[in-house]
Amino acid sequence: MSAARIWQRFTPAERMARFVVFLVAGILIAWSLRTVEIIPEFLMDAPEQVADLFKRMWPVDFAYYERGVHAVLVETLHIATVGTILTLGIAIPVGIMAASNVCRVPVLNWLATFILVSSRSVNTLVWALLFVAVFGPGTLAGTVTIAVRSIGFVGKLFGEALEESASGPIEALRAAGAPWISVFLKGYWPQVSPAFWGIALFRWDINVRESSVIGLVGAGGIGMALDEALNLFHWDRVALILVCIFAVVVIAEVFVTHIRKRII
Amino acid sequence: MSAATVARPAPFAVNWWARLGYLLAVVYCVYAVSILDISWDRLLAGLDNGARFLGAMFPPEFKRWKLLIDNLLESMQIALISSLFGVLISLPVGLCASRNLMPDWLTWPARAFIAVCRSFHPVIFAILFVKAVGFGPLAGILTLIFASIGFVAKLFAEAIEEISLKPVEAARAAGAPFLSVLTFAVLPQVLNRFIGFSTYQVDSNLRNSTMIGIVGAGGIGGTLAAAFQRFDYSFVCAILLAIIALIMVSEYVAVRVKGVFQ
Repeated sequence: MSAARIWQRFTPAERMARFVVFLVAGILIAWSLRTVEIIPEFLMDAPEQVADLFKRMWPVDFAYYERGVHAVLVETLHIATVGTILTLGIAIPVGIMAASNVCRVPVLNWLATFILVSSRSVNTLVWALLFVAVFGPGTLAGTVTIAVRSIGFVGKLFGEALEESASGPIEALRAAGAPWISVFLKGYWPQVSPAFWGIALFRWDINVRESSVIGLVGAGGIGMALDEALNLFHWDRVALILVCIFAVVVIAEVFVTHIRKRII
Repeated sequence: MSAATVARPAPFAVNWWARLGYLLAVVYCVYAVSILDISWDRLLAGLDNGARFLGAMFPPEFKRWKLLIDNLLESMQIALISSLFGVLISLPVGLCASRNLMPDWLTWPARAFIAVCRSFHPVIFAILFVKAVGFGPLAGILTLIFASIGFVAKLFAEAIEEISLKPVEAARAAGAPFLSVLTFAVLPQVLNRFIGFSTYQVDSNLRNSTMIGIVGAGGIGGTLAAAFQRFDYSFVCAILLAIIALIMVSEYVAVRVKGVFQ
């Protein structure tokens, strides 16, 4: 009798939901593939063009490093670092405002969420365009771009870390009559500081990548040199700059992974 | 009574190393700011400029909404197509990069490929592809395919490395061929996480597809850059609002989709 029973992993509603998701995804992709404007000649031509590109990039113009790349490379790292430090200063109060267990004023929670979402929704390059229009081309625009764009990321993760912290030490401090600042410094901060420094390092790693491209719209750093080399068709210099960016990004990632292991 | 005073460590000892670290950070900031020729005057002039800029942005102008919608749809198409191909390519690449299932000679090239995809910002790929295949959405699609591989394949490889090997051993002991081991012992353990990465990547591709147009790779970014160059700031504002709205909708959809597969 009971052998006739059929076991199913999901309820009909769940199966229906999954089916709908797949169906909608399929329809959207089919629509995209049918209507996107791709010129087939360009696609056919691509391998030749790529081969040509690499031929022009070779040999890499390493002699140019001393003259035109080293200074902007260092500038890129400075933009990323100063921008990250600036972000930390802003993201801590915003993160505190966003954490509903630390800041119990709903209006401030909403305000913080708004700041975090708008910072993250607008892409780095778009922020860079905005700040170049405001501050004029140069490193100032780049640093502010990096700082503003990172607030969303650091503030969100820091706020989440605060919300997950254990309430025991906080209650103990409150019961002993500690003022708000002491509760934060001795109750919350020791619990979240490893996470916080981890987030900061991670963001610095991302910022090194991003600060290497914001120069394309005039916000300082190695991107400006890349833009110039591209416009002048100096492909051997483009290759050198790409190699430099690659090296710096890899070194930054190795550095961050190494330190994170020691912190956490 | 006085004999009872026991030397005990201060409950909140001062961490001199941390203080030294903060001091160094401040010194570094001063040094870097002096190098980067960031000056107070310039900042103030910029704030003044910024106020005028905001004044020019509002109210946003939606008169050219047809152009706006067309470009947003193109951005969406770029994001969807590149996510599809990026995820499809990430499956084998991620599998090849997982060290617990594959031999060393296969994982190293796969890992190197993923590292290259990850190291370069999408904009740099976009520039190279615009040179290779010309202006338009095709360059954007190729760009985001590479960006997707860098992210999804890496996380997928890590997910595979964390699986329990017991079902794999069982399947192998029962004499299952390699493909069956994958479909019945590996895939069920990682499928949920893979769908999570994929929905995240669709979201991230959508964000990036609104940006790569700035260097000519299709989508709304091109219109945005053009509006900037014409100082048409009220249209810039309209475009930015549209992008933010699109991204908020996509975040909401991503959360719902993840809820379905939980």
